[in-house]
Amino acid sequence: MAGESSEYAVQMHGITKRFGSFCALQDMNLNVKKGSIHSLLGENGAGKSTLMNILYGLYQADEGEIFINGEKVDIKNPNVAIEHGIGMVHQHFMLVDDFTVTQNIVLGNEITSHMGIVDAKKARKKILDIVEKYGLEVDPDAKVSDISVGMQQRVEILKALYRGAELLILDEPTAVLTPQEIDDLISIMNNLAKDGKAIIIITHKLKEIKASSDICTIIRRGRYIDTLLVKGVTENELATLMVGHEVKLVVDKTPANAGEVVFEIKDLIVKNDRKLDAVKGLSLQVRKGEIVGIAGIDGNGQRELVEAINALTPVASGHITINGKPLENTSPRQVIDSGVSTIPEDRQKRGLVLDFSVNENCVLEQYRRTPFSKKGILLKKEMEEFTKELIQEYDVRPEDCGSRRAGSLSGGNQQKVIIGREIAMDPDILIAVQPTRGLDVGAIETVHRTLIRERDKGKAVLLISFELDEVMNVSDTIAVIYDGKIQDTFKQGTVDENTIGLLMAGGKNHG
Amino acid sequence: MDKAAKILKKPFTMTLIAIFFGFLVAGIILAAAGYPTFHSLSVLLQGVFSGPKHISNVIIKSTPLILTGIGVAFAFQTGLFNIGAEGQFIMGCVAATTVGIVCDFPPVIQIPLVLAAGVLAGAVFGGMVGFLKAKFGIHEVLTSIMFNWIALYFSNFISDLKRFHKPDTMGTYAINKSGYTMILGSWKTTKEGKEVLVNNEFLRDTLLKTDVNAGILAAVVLAILVSFLLYKTTKGFELRAVGANRFAAESTGIDVNKNILHAMIISGGICGLAAAFYITGNSPHGIATLAAFENTGFNALGVCLIAASSPIGCIFAGLLFGGLLYGGQSLQYEVGAPSEIINIVIGVVVFFVALTHIIPPLVDRFSKGGKNHAK
Repeated sequence: MAGESSEYAVQMHGITKRFGSFCALQDMNLNVKKGSIHSLLGENGAGKSTLMNILYGLYQADEGEIFINGEKVDIKNPNVAIEHGIGMVHQHFMLVDDFTVTQNIVLGNEITSHMGIVDAKKARKKILDIVEKYGLEVDPDAKVSDISVGMQQRVEILKALYRGAELLILDEPTAVLTPQEIDDLISIMNNLAKDGKAIIIITHKLKEIKASSDICTIIRRGRYIDTLLVKGVTENELATLMVGHEVKLVVDKTPANAGEVVFEIKDLIVKNDRKLDAVKGLSLQVRKGEIVGIAGIDGNGQRELVEAINALTPVASGHITINGKPLENTSPRQVIDSGVSTIPEDRQKRGLVLDFSVNENCVLEQYRRTPFSKKGILLKKEMEEFTKELIQEYDVRPEDCGSRRAGSLSGGNQQKVIIGREIAMDPDILIAVQPTRGLDVGAIETVHRTLIRERDKGKAVLLISFELDEVMNVSDTIAVIYDGKIQDTFKQGTVDENTIGLLMAGGKNHG
Repeated sequence: MDKAAKILKKPFTMTLIAIFFGFLVAGIILAAAGYPTFHSLSVLLQGVFSGPKHISNVIIKSTPLILTGIGVAFAFQTGLFNIGAEGQFIMGCVAATTVGIVCDFPPVIQIPLVLAAGVLAGAVFGGMVGFLKAKFGIHEVLTSIMFNWIALYFSNFISDLKRFHKPDTMGTYAINKSGYTMILGSWKTTKEGKEVLVNNEFLRDTLLKTDVNAGILAAVVLAILVSFLLYKTTKGFELRAVGANRFAAESTGIDVNKNILHAMIISGGICGLAAAFYITGNSPHGIATLAAFENTGFNALGVCLIAASSPIGCIFAGLLFGGLLYGGQSLQYEVGAPSEIINIVIGVVVFFVALTHIIPPLVDRFSKGGKNHAK
């Protein structure tokens, strides 16, 4: 173990943190050198965020010591962390939408004249200095609600730098970015590191670690596993260390054996909550035995499209058909009964009733059918048996969770319940929206295998995801959505990531 | 420690703690106001438990609270805050009274008829709130508060109508005797009945000195029925799903608006039934001209809160509430303490029940603290 030294921006030794009887971190170590980009890799619930929250003063460690620049510190709260030059960019940005970029950056740390009046000019100058120094391109006078997600993230980074951060913690920084924006972010990170700042990124995306980081610390179930030079390891090796057993990163699948068109969307127009067109004349076909993936950045009409298919929102014009039968502007139940099953994007809002037991959630669509009820009376035993089978088939943990609240399950297990339930409906088309959001490598593998298995059974699958890798890997046909329209479609293997990334950002395909 | 923590986290234990604190605060206030605390509290308890007559009166006082509480709890379980229970109760009273006065059939027909009138009025009044929410998205709290006032003035209007108003009184005529629901009501006024009752102290106290009515039986049956409906039927499954997460319910094919409407109709109907039993079982068996709300429906919200929205729990919470209201009277005429002290007790109990959500984290903190010290 490294001794305390000012060569390190931060050193955390023997950190242990318990929540009640659950031990989130045990004897965890982390040493981050100045001027380095250090990734913290681990599955969901491995303890990455807990460790960073301890460093940022949001939690207190039960045991262990923290050193900053070789000096022992006691970080009681985030203010102390900021004083020590620690800045954190959370996964969900904490910006005031109606404020300008400058106002957001100075908020809580305003430069004032001796009369207590905010000196906006001085603040603006200070910000522009930082912007220039690190290539953090932002418009200081734009309103936050008007700028892109990538720029919002830069504003968050600026906020930390403005407060004098020497160590930046980025929590899943790439989750919301396009491939191009990710490249920009990496170059900004390199600029910061060159200037001697240390950066910790929390992530479970192996590719980005390879692309961005110098050093990687792996954490598994709250325990320290290893710290490696990123240059010397492969993605597969990292994945194996993270999960604890070998995983396949690239999905194994045979070429699609596509049949006739089952599901078709024609010239669909759907309005959003603000009565503006969100889906603007979208057309799409999905065949039997084929996975069609829609790649695109969040907010390009995907949500409205799914809601329209599920008859949750009215269709302004156009048609949605399954087996030739129109679905538009019917009812959610009719859509389900016609053979459409959906794994919704927001599993806690649309997918599950968290206060219901897992048993009840498993029959959320089928409670009225035999054998789960008879003449309006629920048959508990049949429900329980069905759930038991589903739990076993999809490896939901804990195994005996049938009568527990669905809300007590981890995110990955909640997702397994939903996937199992939807597939048990035996649909003609399975629509999977962000099916692996927030899941770790092991669980992602299971979900992808499940989708492919359904395809091989001859089902049509429509995959909608903001993860470009996922769409590229799993789909047989890749469609790119931008501004409510399908920009182009490709067969898998005939297109590269950059072309798709460009189309996702609204660029034209010149290929 | 773990075992103690587990017991402390049970809802029932938490409710008991809340009740304890309710009395504690009441005791402090009594002492501060210069009344003998322990004497006052023992008077309160004696007022409730000192004999069959008192217990019987507590039950009578509690019955409408329990029934209305079940109505409110039903709505709560389906995600609706039925603050309109007061208005639905008043409308139920109006309907039961008018039908009970106008019609005069033999009891086998008259009683169901009057009860049905109450249920129907409550259901329609609750249903309107549900309709407005389902159709136009107007929040049920807003509409039902206004509907409460409509009910109050409609009730006064009926009570002042020449057809129903009993001259030289503040209210209507009593409903026809064929609609009474007191237990053995007609038999006990006959000569033979009186003879039997006078010679038996318990029966004399409960049946002769008080008017025990069938409402309490209905309340128990209804609590079981409502529990069955909510937890054992597909309809209840839908209603609870809509209440717990309307978005997930909608996505999985459950008609949210229809279920909101149904929930309010059923909840209102139960409040109407409470009203019908109140009219048929309690003198003066009619409605009075009201200057302000009588608070049955509002108190039912408290009952429901204490019961944590459990229909069965409403029976016990209603008895507690009724006991405090009834016992509070003896506090007034024996100690001279203002009966408002009872409202304080009830208020504090409800307050602490609402606060009980902080007990589990507190227990966790203390048990963790203990472990840290042990190290």
